[in-house]
Amino acid sequence: MAMTVQLDVVSAEERIFSGLVESIQVTGSEGELGILPGHIPLLTGIKPGMVRIVKQFGEEHLIYVAGGVLEVQPHTVTVLADVAIRAEDLDEQAALAAQKKAQEAMQHAGADFNYAEAAAQLAEAIAQLRLIQKLRKK
Amino acid sequence: MAGAKEIKSKIGSINNTRKITSAMEKVAVSKMRRAQERVAHSRPYAEAMRKVIGNIANGTIEYRHPYLTERDVKSVGYIVISTDRGLCGGLNTNEFKRVAQDLKAWKDKGVKAEFAVIGNKATAFFKRFGGKVLAQQTGSGDTPRLADVIGSVRVMLNAYSEGRIDRLYVVYNKFVNTMKQEPVIEQLLPLPKAEMSARKHSWDYIYEPDPKVILDQLLDRFIESQVYQGVVENAASEQAARMVAMKAATDNAGSLMDELKLVYNKARQAAITQELSEIVGGAAAV
Repeated sequence: MAMTVQLDVVSAEERIFSGLVESIQVTGSEGELGILPGHIPLLTGIKPGMVRIVKQFGEEHLIYVAGGVLEVQPHTVTVLADVAIRAEDLDEQAALAAQKKAQEAMQHAGADFNYAEAAAQLAEAIAQLRLIQKLRKK
Repeated sequence: MAGAKEIKSKIGSINNTRKITSAMEKVAVSKMRRAQERVAHSRPYAEAMRKVIGNIANGTIEYRHPYLTERDVKSVGYIVISTDRGLCGGLNTNEFKRVAQDLKAWKDKGVKAEFAVIGNKATAFFKRFGGKVLAQQTGSGDTPRLADVIGSVRVMLNAYSEGRIDRLYVVYNKFVNTMKQEPVIEQLLPLPKAEMSARKHSWDYIYEPDPKVILDQLLDRFIESQVYQGVVENAASEQAARMVAMKAATDNAGSLMDELKLVYNKARQAAITQELSEIVGGAAAV
């Protein structure tokens, strides 16, 4: 039987894969990597693309990852996958958007308005119910 | 008889309210189950990451990342996670109270505070409360995604790197169980010492391209995943709190209806009795 290594592919939103594999092929930040059981400890960034794994008993499996980090230890391999393709300028854009929204929200009577209105109506209804309750007790 | 009619229409309207609250309860139950799953799904990532970061922090002493070093606290940052919608009991109120308490403690020491808010309720709160809000994010819905928090986290990380804030906290409602949700304030930056104290080891990684780049990348991801974890926990708490609140509302409406029905019947009977005695009285007079 072929040697196997424990592989975990996890992203912040879910566990994508977990199980014993015979080999892993992945595109590292510095080039293609093939990992077999007993690899020395390695830590590298990975590029968006396919991770090709050969599961125990030779079954092949492909997983798409949008980048991330690969950690290798002799008996375990972990892929910390990103959930979406990340780039410095995209992150900055997201940051700017969040800032802009903060300014807008502080200036305008935001989207909370409808809820406030609904809450007020509910409070009114509750007050009415209380009143009826009191009247009835008399 | 006029009283009876009014009571009857009131019963009808309470019944309608009850239908709505019981529907909301059922929806919350199913959403809560999914939200709990999401919490469980996002845990392995944070765990794997914590392990890796622990290993590097021990292995490479020559490079001290700013996220790992303590500074004098002149200003603190908070990422406050709230729900987008109301009708979930005291969930948000309790959380904001906790923040306000914490803030007061800092203020007494002369420390300023800046905020990033996630969720409508927190936005509305800080608009009333005052305070410098750097970033805002709403509308994550029932299926929050990591991409939703990247912007806000980035703003706060930048503020930290530029030295405008010296500590960063995340505030959210921790999902303890269905009946219990607790507002918690967790320190994100600098990374608490306990997380970094992994065991001594006699090996080191091969780094590609080099430790600094990877550590930078990992730490950013780690903070994001912590905040995301907060968001999903908060979402689960929201559904649980709503479920409980709506259950109570439904029960209240039910008991109120029963009581009102009694009153209605009494009024109806009184009206009939009165009519009868009038007829009898009339007949006797003739």
